[in-house]
Amino acid sequence: MNADFDVRYTAGLARLNLSDEEIARFQAQLDQVLEYVDKLKQVDVSGVEPTAHANPVFDVMRGDEPAPGFTREEALANAPRQANGLFIVPKVIE
Amino acid sequence: MSLHSLSVSELQTRLRARELSPLDALDALEARIAAVDGTINGYLSRDLETARAAAQDADVSLPLGGVPIAIKDVINVQGQPVRCASRILEGYTAPYDATVISRLKAAGAIPFGRTNMDEFAMGSSTENSAFGPTRNPWDTGRIPGGSSGGSAAVVAADEAFASLGSDTGGSIRQPAALCGCVGLKPSYGRVSRYGLVAFASSLDQIGPFTKTVRDAGLLLNVLSGRDPRDSTSLDEAVPDYTARLGEDLRGVRLGMPKEYFVEGTDPATDKAVRDAIAHYRSLGAEIVEISLPHTEHAVGVYYIIATAEASANLARFDGIRYGHRAEGTTSLLEHYGKTREEGFGPEVKRRIILGTYVLSSGYYDAYYLHAQKVRTLIRQDFTRAFEKVDAIICPTTAEPAFRLGERSDDPLKMYLADIFTIAVNLAGVCGISLPCGFAGREGKRLPIGLQLIGKPFGEVELLKIAHAYEASTPWHRERPEL
Repeated sequence: MNADFDVRYTAGLARLNLSDEEIARFQAQLDQVLEYVDKLKQVDVSGVEPTAHANPVFDVMRGDEPAPGFTREEALANAPRQANGLFIVPKVIE
Repeated sequence: MSLHSLSVSELQTRLRARELSPLDALDALEARIAAVDGTINGYLSRDLETARAAAQDADVSLPLGGVPIAIKDVINVQGQPVRCASRILEGYTAPYDATVISRLKAAGAIPFGRTNMDEFAMGSSTENSAFGPTRNPWDTGRIPGGSSGGSAAVVAADEAFASLGSDTGGSIRQPAALCGCVGLKPSYGRVSRYGLVAFASSLDQIGPFTKTVRDAGLLLNVLSGRDPRDSTSLDEAVPDYTARLGEDLRGVRLGMPKEYFVEGTDPATDKAVRDAIAHYRSLGAEIVEISLPHTEHAVGVYYIIATAEASANLARFDGIRYGHRAEGTTSLLEHYGKTREEGFGPEVKRRIILGTYVLSSGYYDAYYLHAQKVRTLIRQDFTRAFEKVDAIICPTTAEPAFRLGERSDDPLKMYLADIFTIAVNLAGVCGISLPCGFAGREGKRLPIGLQLIGKPFGEVELLKIAHAYEASTPWHRERPEL
């Protein structure tokens, strides 16, 4: 059990609203998952380098050359709301 | 034998002999789908008109000319819906082809149908689909596995000749095992991920579901290769993956990891896999006991790394550029929070929260960085094992398909369904599941999967070893009664 793990607070960080019922249910379920995951802390990793992904590939470079991309219409085609060739976003600045 | 039951290579023989046309093949599938998919629910949608147009122009001399292939709903096919079985992508139409789709089309194949899955590939049963679960063709009261449950079920039920899935922790091999077909997860970097909606980018890999090992090789021939649009795809030569099928197994060493033969595995599964190992011995392979000592930590490492990556990848679903948008919100934060609340299902929400937590300030080192270090130890286990053996042999799952609803309320128990498949993704090696027998349950026969694990970029050898078993056993010819 991890006393610091708070579903309500963490969901806020993830920009995810939850109902009170979901918060209670997820808290119980994820407490159980974290308890399981906490077994990892027994593993001695001193001197071990982390693995970010499986292959030793670093700094993949490509030429900085223009290539065809989406047209404005294509880019907007899936937008739930648009006007005048632009995405409509909620008001950000008061 | 009915047309829809053919394997890809059998279909090709007939197409090239002009005994039938690609349109005949499509029509046979469509008839089969109409007959059984109301029960199976393997497909989310199909665009028969577009597929028929492609079939009319198909060049059957190409590597997969005229062969229809079903596509998991997580891979972009231009002009087709991509929903990842989620409400949040309702109404989305792919504006471009994933690299695997461009490659399939260039090889003459016809992408046909979107297959059901756990939402955003998160799950082991396909019950997390927003569009209802897929059912196992061998017992429709049971799950097909997941997350690529639709792709596995449609191949097993002869509703597709082959399909594509994606495998992040077992999502190809586990449903292939539970549905009784062949499922191949290529080595990380073998197949481009461009156009695959990302779940956990350091683990995701696209691969085929097929009726035979040869067909898996035929598809891998087309899917593989470096792609400038996925910088994690490697510039390794693409050999002919069917070239060594049929070679004998003299001199081949197979490792039996003692950590994969433990208490808790279903007795029928354990017996079928041990029988398969004895069969390999009779084919001339040498069986060696090995150890993968960090196996018990794989599930824990996975649920930290995969959820961390998922929480970052799924941040893009903001209700502005595409997908579902909540109505009636008055601030930006409320817009994000409500859009995501309405759009995501419970398992996706759980994983976003867990992933956000393990990356959050104060917990990053204790969880995420620590897990990445244990991941190194898991990789090293495989590196050491492959110094002694050519491939590793073990069960794909600890038990056959469970009943629908049996684990829905117990995420931890569901996560443990992937216990034998997860380490392969963490290590980046390749793995295949192929049918090796049946378990009797309540009058039904449930398929059992044999897992073979190969060296990174060792798919030629892996398929050779898998094929030798398949060619001398009857399991892959069995079909469910539907």
